[in-house]
Parts: sequence; C-alpha cells; structure tokens
Amino acid sequence: MAEFSLRINGKSHTVEAAPDTPLLWVLRDHLKLVGTKYGCGIAQCGACTVHLDGTAIRSCQLPVSSAEDSEITTIEGLSENGDHPVQKAWLEHDVPQCGYCQAGQIMSAAALLERNPSPSDEEIESAMNGNICRCGTYTRIKAAIKTASNSKIA
Amino acid sequence: MSKVRTGIGRRSFIKSVSIAGGGLMIGFNWMACKRAAEDGSEEMVMEMPDEWFELNGYLKIGDNGIVTIYSPNPEIGQNVKTSMPMIVAEELDVDWDNVIVEQAPLNTDIFTRQLAGGSQSIRQGWESLRTAGATARQMLLTAAANEWEVPISELSVEKGMINHKGSKRSIGYGEIAKAAAQIEVPEEVELKNNDDFKIIGTSRKNVDAKKIVTGQPLYGLDTYKDGMLIAMVVQPPAFGMEFKSMDAERVKEMPGITDVFTIDTYPEDMEKEWSDVAAFSKLVVIVGESTWQVMEAKKELKVEWDLNPELTKQVEILEKSAGMDDVSGLESTDIHTSLMAEIGSKNAEVVRRDGDPEKAFQNASRVIERTYTCPFLAHNCMEPMNFFADATDEKAELYGPIQTPEFAEKSVNKRLGLELEDIDIQMSRMGGGFGRRLYGHFLVEAAVISQKMGKPIKLVYTREDDMTNGVYRPAYHVTYRAALDGNNKLTAFHVNAGGIPESPLFANRFPAGAIDNYLAESWTLESNISVGAFRAPRSNFIAGAEQSFLDELAEEMGQDPIQFRLDLLDRAKKDPVGEENDYDAARYAGVLEMVRDKAGWENGNSSKARGVSAYYCHNSYVAQILDMTVENNEPLIDKVTCAVDCGIVVNPDAAKNMVEGGTIDGIGHALYSEMTFKEGIPQQSNFDKYRLIRHREAPTTIDVHFVDNGIDPTGLGEPPFPPIMGALANALYKATGKRFYKQPFISQMNGETKELKT
Repeated sequence: MAEFSLRINGKSHTVEAAPDTPLLWVLRDHLKLVGTKYGCGIAQCGACTVHLDGTAIRSCQLPVSSAEDSEITTIEGLSENGDHPVQKAWLEHDVPQCGYCQAGQIMSAAALLERNPSPSDEEIESAMNGNICRCGTYTRIKAAIKTASNSKIA
Repeated sequence: MSKVRTGIGRRSFIKSVSIAGGGLMIGFNWMACKRAAEDGSEEMVMEMPDEWFELNGYLKIGDNGIVTIYSPNPEIGQNVKTSMPMIVAEELDVDWDNVIVEQAPLNTDIFTRQLAGGSQSIRQGWESLRTAGATARQMLLTAAANEWEVPISELSVEKGMINHKGSKRSIGYGEIAKAAAQIEVPEEVELKNNDDFKIIGTSRKNVDAKKIVTGQPLYGLDTYKDGMLIAMVVQPPAFGMEFKSMDAERVKEMPGITDVFTIDTYPEDMEKEWSDVAAFSKLVVIVGESTWQVMEAKKELKVEWDLNPELTKQVEILEKSAGMDDVSGLESTDIHTSLMAEIGSKNAEVVRRDGDPEKAFQNASRVIERTYTCPFLAHNCMEPMNFFADATDEKAELYGPIQTPEFAEKSVNKRLGLELEDIDIQMSRMGGGFGRRLYGHFLVEAAVISQKMGKPIKLVYTREDDMTNGVYRPAYHVTYRAALDGNNKLTAFHVNAGGIPESPLFANRFPAGAIDNYLAESWTLESNISVGAFRAPRSNFIAGAEQSFLDELAEEMGQDPIQFRLDLLDRAKKDPVGEENDYDAARYAGVLEMVRDKAGWENGNSSKARGVSAYYCHNSYVAQILDMTVENNEPLIDKVTCAVDCGIVVNPDAAKNMVEGGTIDGIGHALYSEMTFKEGIPQQSNFDKYRLIRHREAPTTIDVHFVDNGIDPTGLGEPPFPPIMGALANALYKATGKRFYKQPFISQMNGETKELKT
C-alpha cells in the first residue's frame, strides 16, 4: 500500500492503495465516483472511459501510480450541472436504454469533439468503436454527437 | 369509457403505508425530484411537499400537488420505469411535469407480476396501472364533491386541477389529497376512452436520463454501504467439473483479504424455483475489503477441480450412442454439431401434423431442403452479475439487479430459512437484462455469503465469471423441407427442429395454418451446459431460419418474397388449416404491407441488396427490410425499415429506441457472436474473443413505423429482435449470391464461404 495524490474533477484527493490498482477501482471503491463503470477490465468495452489531461483513456488499464501527475476528469466532473453539450444532446435524443455504458460513451464523445469539433461519420465511428453498447443505441449516439458537434460550432 | 373493478381493497391501502418511508435502504432521494425537462435542455427542480398522502400502493400525492408514482416492474433498459408511470398518470389526469417516479420495492400485496420478461410488463400491467390512476382520481373527485356539496358528475379535471363549472370553483389535487386519503376505495371505476389520452401516445423522456448522463449511482454495482465487504466467486473452469480442494492459506494472508471458503448455493435437498438455474452450485468465495484486492487474490488462489459424475453421466451415454470414442462428458462444440445432425434430428417427435405430409412429399416433383444452425450465446449484460446482501439469522436486506424478485425472495426463504416478511428485496436499475437476470443465483449466493460472514457484502462477478457462468442461449438446429408439385405450387411443409438442450419449435406459428400438408417435429439433446431465456427465447433463432427458408422458397417458386408471404397469410386468414394457429393473419399481413410501402420495396434503390422478414412473437408483429452492401467481404448495413404492430404505443420515441436497439442487437448476434466449447471450457471469456456489434457495424439509418390500431398494448422488448436475422440473411444472399445457413454469418464471410448443404 502506498499513498497517492490525484487531481480529479478539479479537486485534490489522497488515496491509499496498492500501486497497481487500476484508476477505475480507485475511483469507484475509494472515492465513490461510481459513474465510471466496470465492463470488461481489459480495455475492450469502453465503459470505464475517463479523461486524462483531456484525452479519453480506459481507466481499467491505468495503474493509480501512473495517474498522479495528470488532471483526471470523470463523468461526474464533465460539467458543473450536467449541461455539457454532449450531455445535453444525449438528453435531447433520449439515447439511453439500460444506460450502463453511456457514461463511457459520453466521455469518448466529449474527448472527440474537444479535438475535432465537427467530425465526419467515419471519424465518429472510429473514435467510438471502442465503446460497446449492448442495448444497441448506436444510431442515437451518433445522432447525439452530431447535435453536440453542431451546438459547439454555433 | 369502460368500467373495471378496482380490486384495490382497504388492506392493500393500509399495507402500502409501509412503503411510504421509502423502504429500508433506498430512502427518498432528493435527486429523484430532478429530471430532464421534455425538451431535454433544461433540468426541472421540483419543490418537495411538507406532507404526502398515499391514495393506493401505486402513488402518493404531496400537499403541493407533486405526485410520486411507483414503477412496479424491474427496469432493464426497456424503459418501463417511464412508461408504466405514464399509464398511471394518464388515468390520474395529472401534469407529467409534476410527477416523480420511484422504483417500487418487491411488494406482492400491492403489485402483481413484478417481473421483467416475456415483453409483458406493459401488456399485463395495462389494466392494473390504469385502474390505480383512475381509482385515485375517483377518490380525489369524491373528496372535492363532498367538500363543495355538489354532484361528482358536475366536476371535471385538467392536469391535477379539479373544476366545478357551475360555481366556478377549482381545487388542486394537493389541496384535496388529505381528504381523499380518508375516502373509502371505490369498488368500481371508469377508465378513459383511448381518444381522451393526453399522456399515453406522447413521447416522454426517460425519467432516469439525467442521472445516467451525469453518472449518478443507479446500478447494483454502484452500491457501497458502511462496513460492506466485496465478495467474488471462483467457479470451475469447465462445464462438467466441480470443486475438489484448494490451498487458501497464502491467499488469506494477502492484503485486504478477509476470508476464503466454499458455499453450496443450491443444496440437493433444497426445493427450487424455476429461476434457480446455476451451472455451478459449489463455489469458492473470496471476501475482502476492495474489488481490486479480491481480484488479485482470485488470480493467486490454487483450486483443484474434478469431474462431476452427476453432470457428465447423461452426456457420456449420448456421446457413446453416437459412436464416439474417448468420451469424457466434457462437451465440445464440434461434438455438439455432429450430435445435432446425426442423433437429434433423427429422433424427433411429431408435434403437429395437418393433412398427409408424407404422401405430399412422396408425390412432389421437387423437394427443397435446407438446414440452419446457431451457436450458444452469452447474454453479456454490460453490468456483470452482482448483488448487495445484508443477511443475518433474522432478516435479509437485498439490493441489486434482478428480473424476478418475487421468485428470488422464495429462493432466499428456502435457502436461508427466513420468513418472507423478513426478506426485503429492492431493485436497482439494471445494466441490461436480456433474460440473464431472470436466474437469480447471484442474489442467493450474495445472501448465503453475507449470512455466513455476518456482514453486509456486495457480490461482484468479473466479466470472465459472467461470460463463462452458463445460463446461455441454447444451440439450435432446424431442417426445413418444402414439397413443390409440377406446377411449382407448394404442397407440403416440414419443419424438424431441436437443440441443446431445448427445441426452438413453435409448431402453431406461421406458416402453420397456411399449408394443407404440414408436419412439425421436435427433439432435444442433453447437456451439462446450463441455459436460460435469452431475449425472445427460441424465436431468436427460428424466426431467422424460417424467414430465410421462405425467402429461398419464394425464389425457387419464382415469386416475390413479400407477395409469397401475403398469399400464404391470405390463405391462413380466409381458410385456416387447423384450429391451434396462434397468430392473427391479418395483423401479420398488415406489417408486411406497411414495410413494403414504407421502404418502397417495389421501386427500391437498386444499388443496395435488400432482404425482407416478418415474424410474430410476444403478442406483436414486426416486419423489417434491410438494405446493405458487402465491400471487401465486410457487411455494410445502410438502412433498416421496421413496421411494428404492438397495439397502442405508450411512449412513441422510447418505443422507437427499443425497436432500433432490437434491430441492432439482432444484426449483431446473427453476424458476429458465438460461444464455443472445448472439453467443457468456454472458449470466449471476454470481449476480445467474444464479438459484439460495435458502432461501425450498426446500420446508418433505422426507420421505425408503428401500426395505429388502438388495440391494447402487446409486447415490444423482444419482437423486433428475431426477424431482423432473416432480413439480414436474405440481404446477404442478394449482396453475395450465397445463402447463409450458419450463425454467426461472419464465419461464412471474410474469404471462405462454406458450400451449401443440400
């Protein structure tokens, strides 16, 4: 066990954990930030996606010991009041079915739009292909990303 | 208007008070009063009342007019948590913006059928939900009439406001709720005419959407309680094996590990419910302080496994009778395949026979015979199996994702020896269900572990545990034969269907009833791999197979595939063969005609390959047309047009979402997914090997149309899923010139396409 200092959603946290503990479980078990989901544990489903210095990463693969010097953003910190353009677009299109994968989908989409504000269909598919939705809301997710992308341009 | 008996007695009214406090663990949450406004852009924040008044177990009204409606059924993503309360709100005549929805706990005194399965929540809840709303409305009106001393017939209601035109008086539900709560529950109430619906038939946003997109705790896996430990199971690596021994000493010393022991979830002498399905009853359990610590311990634990003689015996007999050597009872997919073809299909029982099919086949000019197969599938809910339990020798509190809480309660009653009233089960929102969470062994395991530890625990399955735990969709195999006479006319139809370990046959479904000489046969083979209901059980294979065969048959007969089906349905409508046919031929034809029209079948875009399919299951009718191309051996799906007859559509946009999802789910499983076995060991244990459909593979557009016929609602969660597999296979044929008989279809693409078996 060791102590780690993390910057998450603009706040500092100190956690005690084994150095190889994935960030995912530190977020969930230690900090009770449960919006970041466990789906596969091997970076195949995207449910655990968070931002590390603005880039979408799979938190199930990042040891807490490697997360200390970065700014981490989770779904809880994506916006103050749940009004990030991607979150608003998700509500407008009423995307979720079971909803379990959607935090990861939103985090991937938000990171995509941050670096590419008006992505093509192919760019959307490419950026989102690592996020599985078992309920099959893919067409709505794509429509919501387009809405969010337009609203950012406006 | 129609009158119904309320069936809501004083007893259930009094009992319902016990849920007024919000249950044992899930106290009223202030977040519940925040939700997305209907335009999706704003957040509404409702002011909470000082006092609540329960008018029946389904709802309570605050002194400020805010209404809480309890959604009785488990929410697995089918959106009943929004649509069921909409039905109550409709008859109550309140403003939907003033409604707060809460998940009801299991309460068999108030609610009937608190189950997510068979696409029945809306269909079977329709009358009781309406009655609950109408009963409360009647009590509110009676209270107002008493107060004003006017006849109740002179009162009208608009969005929770009672008006008396003659005296120009009005009063809100919130102001009269206290008096209404004292009124005797009426024995009979009137329900609205469909024409008067103001909420039913309008699109309302998912009541949990705001919490979902902001990452609030909603799911069982999100549960954290003070003093709670994490428990995980270690299960045998292969079906047909069981626990022998372990060396746990070193693991017990690992950081954060509290205990390692074995449990027997379902002892042999326990009286089981139908939902008590578990491939592995004897499990090793590791309990510790945090998820990662237990995961690490799981990797280190050394366990020895043995063949389970009970689980291997029947399989050995079967394999020996097939002339196989080296029988171990540990099953493999290649052995399954040959057993189904060589043993199963040759030992079928006749389920239905019309006319003289044998003679018709003898006299046929031509017989067309095709065989279709599909593999086992894992449900793969995105949220792996889990449950929270705090169980002692006196009581059990359980919270988590379960589709069958009522049955799980009985299982806990028998397994833990607790009285039903001392077992409290609360349902979390579920990260998918698809039938997997009908089988609540994980809930029972959690309860057993907690009682043994004397501590609250959360049982967590890893993805690998979840995927290799069984309760799979069975493997199926069906052979169709059609007899054609010299004029290329269909004279007989034969279906021989079976599977491991159940048959997918529905002997009385179309085209039964449309053909004079008809033979349906069924068979099953034993297995030690556990299976369970998977979205649209049995239909999820047989629909695609049947609809592919009909497509090929139409082509052989030189007919348009839609007109061919319509002609058969016309026969079934005008002069049905037999009396057991379980479908409505007119509604069936209705969706085919609608999809033909909406997709422009007759003047379609010739640059795309098109396939059509239609199916009836879960009381609803769905027809789909799929447009696609194949480039570099990769299927690219352009568009799917869907026509759906599920009667009244309660929440149209959410219903469209369900049809879109079912369509994508069906394409994905038919194209990409399979669970295979070698020596009893599942060969796929995570999403690196088990392929699920992804963004890039989904259709570009899905166009959904509903038949507007005012019939009481029928199923929707399952019906869009099975037929799309047929439309896909038929479009693939148009795109490639090759018929696809074996799921997953992708195994026939990417280069090697297997020769047709004729």
